[in-house]
Parts: sequence; C-alpha cells; structure tokens
Amino acid sequence: MEKNLANMAPEAGNSNLAQEAIRKWGPDPAIYYQCVHCGLCTAACPTYTELGDENESPRGRIYLMRLVHEGRLAPDARVKSHLELCLDCRACETACPSGVPYGRIIEPFRNALHQLPQKESLWQRFLQRWVLLGVFPYRKRIRLALSPVRLAQRLKIYWSLERLGLFRLLPKPLREMASLVPELGRSLPPLPAFLPAKGRPKARVGLFLGCVADGIFRGVHWATARVLQQAGCDVVIPENQVCCGAIHFHVGDSETARHLADANLAAFSADGLDAIVVNHAGCGAMLKEYPHHWKDDHQEARRQFAAKIRDVNEFLDCLGIPPPPGRIPLKATYHDACHLAHAQRITAAPRRLLAQIPGLEIRELPESEICCGSAGTYNLLHPRMADRLGRRKLENILATGAEVVLASNAGCLLQIMREIRRAKAPVVAMHPIELLDYAYREECPPVGNNRRNSR
Amino acid sequence: MPRINDSITEGQSTKLAAEAIRELCSVVGEQNVLWHPSDLMVYECDGYTIAKHRPDAVVFPSDTQQVAAVARICHRHKIPMLPRGAGTSLAGGCVPLGGGLVIMLTRMTRILEIDLRNRFAVVEAGVRNTQLARALVGSGYHFAPDPSSQTASTIGGNVATNAGGPHTLKYGVTVNHVLGVEAVLADGSIVQHGPVVDPGMLDLCGVLTGSEGTLAIVTKIWVRLTPLPSALRTLRVAFPTVEDATEAVSEIIAAGLIPAALELMDRGILEAVEAAFQFGFPLDVGAVLVIELDGEEASLEEELQITRRICERWNAREILLANSPEERERLWKCRKSAVAAVGRLSPSYCIQDGVVPRTKLPQIVKKVQKISQEFNIRIVNVAHAGDGNIHPIFLFDEREPAQVDRVLEAGRQVLEECIALGGSITAEHGVGVEKLHLMREQYRPEDLTAMRRLREAFNPDGLLTPGKLVPDERSLEWLGTYPRIGGAP
Repeated sequence: MEKNLANMAPEAGNSNLAQEAIRKWGPDPAIYYQCVHCGLCTAACPTYTELGDENESPRGRIYLMRLVHEGRLAPDARVKSHLELCLDCRACETACPSGVPYGRIIEPFRNALHQLPQKESLWQRFLQRWVLLGVFPYRKRIRLALSPVRLAQRLKIYWSLERLGLFRLLPKPLREMASLVPELGRSLPPLPAFLPAKGRPKARVGLFLGCVADGIFRGVHWATARVLQQAGCDVVIPENQVCCGAIHFHVGDSETARHLADANLAAFSADGLDAIVVNHAGCGAMLKEYPHHWKDDHQEARRQFAAKIRDVNEFLDCLGIPPPPGRIPLKATYHDACHLAHAQRITAAPRRLLAQIPGLEIRELPESEICCGSAGTYNLLHPRMADRLGRRKLENILATGAEVVLASNAGCLLQIMREIRRAKAPVVAMHPIELLDYAYREECPPVGNNRRNSR
Repeated sequence: MPRINDSITEGQSTKLAAEAIRELCSVVGEQNVLWHPSDLMVYECDGYTIAKHRPDAVVFPSDTQQVAAVARICHRHKIPMLPRGAGTSLAGGCVPLGGGLVIMLTRMTRILEIDLRNRFAVVEAGVRNTQLARALVGSGYHFAPDPSSQTASTIGGNVATNAGGPHTLKYGVTVNHVLGVEAVLADGSIVQHGPVVDPGMLDLCGVLTGSEGTLAIVTKIWVRLTPLPSALRTLRVAFPTVEDATEAVSEIIAAGLIPAALELMDRGILEAVEAAFQFGFPLDVGAVLVIELDGEEASLEEELQITRRICERWNAREILLANSPEERERLWKCRKSAVAAVGRLSPSYCIQDGVVPRTKLPQIVKKVQKISQEFNIRIVNVAHAGDGNIHPIFLFDEREPAQVDRVLEAGRQVLEECIALGGSITAEHGVGVEKLHLMREQYRPEDLTAMRRLREAFNPDGLLTPGKLVPDERSLEWLGTYPRIGGAP
C-alpha cells in the first residue's frame, strides 16, 4: 500500500490525502484570508525578484495554498515546487502592511505535505536522513565529520582538491556542502560551563551554542562570550544544550524538533538567567518561535523560555557596551540576515553597535534585506537559485567597496564566504561581534586579497 | 517537469494549440512559458479579487524583440493577449477577459540610461517605480509619479493606467512625465514615439498612456526626471469630522496654494494604519489630513502659516509638523501602505476610485456614509483630497456571495453619484474589469465610438487586451450584469 501511494503522490497529488494532511498539520485556515492580495510583498521576495513569476511570490504562494485548502487545486508536483522554492526568508512579512504571518502559513503547510508519502531519490534520502538529520544537529558529530577537512586544510591540500575539480566527483549535495566549508583554522577548545563578568556583574546570561555554529564558527562563540564579559555579564554555557531544531522543522521532521526544543528548555532551566543570548539569527528566530510550533501542555513553558531569548546584537544594544579601546580603520558593510531583519525585526541594533567601533566606516549595502540564498539548508537543496542569489549579494557587496562584510548568521556567512572564494574577491566575511571583539582586544582583522575567508 | 509535447497532446493543459505553445517555447525558451493548469491559477486575478479569469498560458519575454515575436505568434494563431506587470491593479486591469495569453513584463527590469544633464531616464517596462527611485538617490532628481503601490508596481503598469499618487496634485500624473515610448503593436511590429517630439506631430505617448494595454504593449519608456524640491514641510492635521477636513482642503486650494500633496484618511483607515505602523495617529478624530508643502525655503513659512490658519478655522484639533526626514518618510509610508493594511480589518476589500470636483467633496463624503448604512457595509476612506479623488474602501468577505453583491451595488451607486456631481469613475486605477459596465454611463455613445475606432486603428483584430477599456458586446457578455465572473471560490 505504502509503495503504491509513494508512486502516485508527488505527480498526481492525491487530493484527499493531501487535504487530510493539511487539515491535520497545516496552518490555521483563517490566516489565508488575512492576505488581501495587494501584491506589495512581491518586490521584497528574492525568488520573485529573480524570476518575475507570481507562482514564486509570497502573494502567489499564499494563493496556491489557499486554493489547495479550498479544494480548487491539487497539490501536484508543480505546486509543491513553487512552495519548496520559497527560502522562508520572511522578507514578505516585513513588507506586508496587513501583517500576514507568512511563515506561519508556509511552514506548517510544507510540513503537512512532507507527511505525505514522498518519492525521493536515494541521494535525497541519504542527505535528509544521514547528513541533515544524522550529523548536522549534533555539534560533536559535525566537528568529527569535519576533522578530515580540517586535516586536509592544514596539509594545504583541501583547496587544491577544489581547484583541481575533484569535488565534482562527489554526489551533488555533498559537493555543495564541500564547497561551503570555509577555512576552519586552528581547532578551538570548547567553551567552559561558566565565564565571569569583567568587573561587577550587571546581568547573568545563558549562551546558546547551536550545531553548525559550534561545529564551524566556534570562534564566534568565544568572541561573543568575551564581549558579553566585557559588557558585564556572567556567562553560563549549559553543556547539555542541543540544536535548536530549525533544520528538522524545516525539512518536515516536526517531532524531532519538538524533542530538541524540550531538551533546550531543560538545559536552560537554571533560575536567575536574565536572558539567553543567541548569536546566529536562524537559531534565534527558531527559539523565539517555539511557542507557535506545537500545541501541547508544554506551551506555557515554551512561552517563558522564548521570552528570554535575545539576539546578541539586540541584547548588547539594550544593555549598553563600554567603549571599545581599539581602532579598526576599515570600510565595512552590514548584510541583514533574513532571520534577524525579517523574522526578528532587528536591523538598527547591530548598526548601532558597529558605529561604536572607533575608526570603522560603515557603508550601507544595497538590497541588504534581500536573502543571500543560504536560507538554512536551502543552498544544499536548491543550489541553482541559491547561486543566483549568492552572486547578486556579492555584486552588491563589491559595489560598496567594503573590505569587511558582516552578517549575524552562520548560514549567511558560509554562503557569502563561498561567493567570495569563488570570485577571489578582496573582502572578508565575519560576524559583527567578532569585529567588536577585535576592537576590545585592540587588534585589527587581516583583510585584503592575501587572506582566505576563514574563521 | 512533464514533457510539453506529451501533455499538450493529451489535451490536459491548455486551450491553446500545441503548435502555438511550441512556437512560444522556441522564442523564449521552454522554461519561460507556463501552460500547466496549476501554474496558471495565480494569474486569474490581481489586486481586485472579485473578477477572476484564468489565462490559457503565460509567457516571460526578456526583451522587446521577444515581445514582438510573441505578438506575431498570437497574431498568426488568433490568440488573445494581455500584458501584465506586477499585478497590483485594483480594478482587474490584469485579468485576461475570455482567456488567452498573458505576457509578463517582469523580466524586463533594466534601467537602460540615466541622463541627469538632459533630465531623463530610459527604463524597460518591468522596472519598478521605486527601483528607479533608488537608482536616483543622491542625484537630486526623481520620477514624480508616486502611486501608493510604487514599491511593487512597474513603470510599464504606471503608463498603462496613467497612474497618479499623492504628489499628482502639484506634479501631474504619469502622462506628464512620459517623454517617449517604444511599443509592440498587436501584429508584432515595433513602434517608437519620442523622446524628442516635433510639436506638430500626433501625440502617440499621450494616446498610449492610460490605454490599459488595449492599443499596444509598451516595452520601453523615456521618463522625465524632475529636480527634488529644495525644501519641504509635511504636516499631519487632525479634524473632528471628515466634513471639516474636506472643507479645509477646498479652502487651501481656493487660497491659491498648491501643496505638493493633500491627503485624507478617515478614522476607519487610521485604525488599520495604526495597527500596522504604531505611528501615533489619534484614533478619536474624524479624519487626518497629510499636507505637504514644497518649494523654496523663503516662501514656505508663509504658506505654512496660511495653511495652519485655514485648518484652525475648520476646527483642527492637532497640527503636527514632521520634524525630521525620517519622520516624514514614516508618515508617507503610513499613508501609502494604508490601503494594503486593511487586511487587519477584513478578509477582502474593494477600493473605489471616483473623482468629484474638489468643492463637492463634502457632498460625496456624506453620500458614501449614507450608502454604507443603507447596504450595511463597512466603508473606510482614503482620498487624494486635493484632486477630489476619493478612495472609499468597502470591507467584506469574498466567500459570502450576498456580501459581494451588496459591495458591487454600493460601489456602483458611489460612482454614479460621482458622475452626477460632474466627476468621473476613475482617476488613476483605470477601468479594468471593475468599471467596464459604467463606461456607458460616463461617456456618450459617440465618445465611445471614437475611442473604439482609435483602438481598431492600432489593434484591428481586437486580439490585444480584448474587451477592456471600451466595452463591447463580447466583454459585457463576459461580465454579465456585474464584473463578477468565473472561478470565484
């Protein structure tokens, strides 16, 4: 039975099954009708901007989902492909005057469709089961998986492999993944369970580590912890915290995500935390949205947990930071990570923090609020659209003449770093808190063509 | 993606001949033609959701030559065609009456030239209005037409509807800013008019602007660039009643002032705007006017004093001056996003676009209130009050057929009142499908015949945007009594 369904599901779009799944797991139908179809969202949408097709616009996608809900349209392969090509960047939510919560329509809707029997290639299944779900969510496994890469990079053969085109021998998703890995640099020790404030403590905060973030960007965590200490925070880093679950949730594994959420609630349950600080926007947005995702008796606890989540930019901007002593005489530009600017509506805080670095010149990035194409695991699953958006982003970065591009999200950093490597562009990408950390350490980051984009 | 040939021959996809689809694919590439039914649904309506009609195919050309080739194919196969930009029309201008091919201009998004010395820019039809504005930041110039949809709407669409906007009052509508056009005729020939025009010539730009795609498909536009004013004062004035606000509007104009903009929002719409932007509008007033004065610094202070005195005479409760460029920008964002914010009040809306002589504003406002009570439909109002252009917004739920009927009848009565007061059924949104049936009330048969003959000169087979703008038997048959057709849920 299951096999038969699997064969017919994606093409024929079995309507009854789909309707049932959507009723069960899909969005609250009332939200479809909050959209008055004005079309002001279209210009904010990266896929519509690239393709000009309303099927690839927020208004169009809401309309498609609504038609499926109303039974006027079967969720066939065409419809699914339009919904899947959405980056879930939420730029449309910022643009929408009617306040339509687009993410709360498309995320559960896609989740509902994922519950249907899928016809997947072996590689898709491998990618989903073993890589995205088996390795990614666990920070130790990521570091383990990356250890041969680190070794190859230290032996200076990794980039030669890429240059020789040997990555092309890998299956496509792995090839995408291999091309995203930046220079990993020296392996840093894990963060300890506690780091004391410098001077009299003003606040006691938890630091969220995440999965990919800790596997690849541990330096950002160290920088965040140091800057928090400078700002007068006792920093607590619970060992038993886990991945935020965003990857699982977005590929349709809502149950695993729920377990991870509950594990994080337990890990950060220590009393007396004034805030839980998150330095990567994707994780922060997911943690803040825990209360919306599942309806069960943990909802109140999730609400209390989510109320404490602060993006590091938001938190430091609110708390205030001591003036950084070091000068950084560089030109920099700031890219608005979608999950910061749109999902969390934080755009001014990072700019205000950066403005406090002596000597730094900030140049506004054209189309700063348009997605770079990373979008979680999107660049692994939709490499063509991701590449188009990545190139567009790099062109805008280069047009500013900046030597440093700053982004508060691991996915954006990986994507932008890859574009920079591919174009051999004279720019380095880093997290804004790293630059702030440099200023406190009175050092200047190395920039220019002689430096690879690394952490 | 399913193979074209297989599916077309199975007859499941489209009413168009498989041969025509194949030819379209050979011109623009297979990936730039949509013909599978589930890909066509989103093209069945635009910002006006009451009338729906699905096209048979959608094509995405990337330059004028491709548009011309597409038109030739349609000409040969007798396929109706309709150009479409961002699909933000509020009157159903992008709804393909009777089906056919929708020609998307959204891939033609290049700004080809900006010539500040000669004060013009050359853009492709799919360039968004604010895309040009962004490109002009820091230059001291702007493209003056600023329809509220400008962040999304295309300049091609602005030309098709002769779009206005708040600043129309002083700077004129789109036609006053179009220097030249390149356009594709229904038979696929390419014509160009301007940008340098001999004053003795027939003004094709004037004819094409506002023709809603019934004469030609405009693909390239030479637009005038206007210097930015050297100084600005933007005011927000609250009045106890809508009537007081409209009286103040008439008196400001009568005093000889020409504000750059003179905009009205009533209490109902302020509720939606406040929910969207938390700007701090008072919610216990009848209406707010947004007044912008611009020009030379020296003269502004005096104009400001005159404006203040008039507002006070009409019982203004609160007069606030935007005190920074950011505040001005936020105030304009509130005004321009107001209509799109009504999703906070209601699941569907229908916005009217009537015009009355400015001095008749108080009368039409009263009539709208009366109609609202009579039909038991909530109506909120924005208006380009300085132009006498009213935009009553009818709030309803399109899933309730009875409500839709009441909205259509109420809308008709508002527009009939506009005509009776010496005004017009549209200022800037165009006729679309929404007002098609009212054209015969607005114009005499001779006037319509003259327009029809002009259309036949450009578009002899009537394949380009059939049945629109000037109604014919066919289009009225499509429409029935009201513009509610096919596919409603």
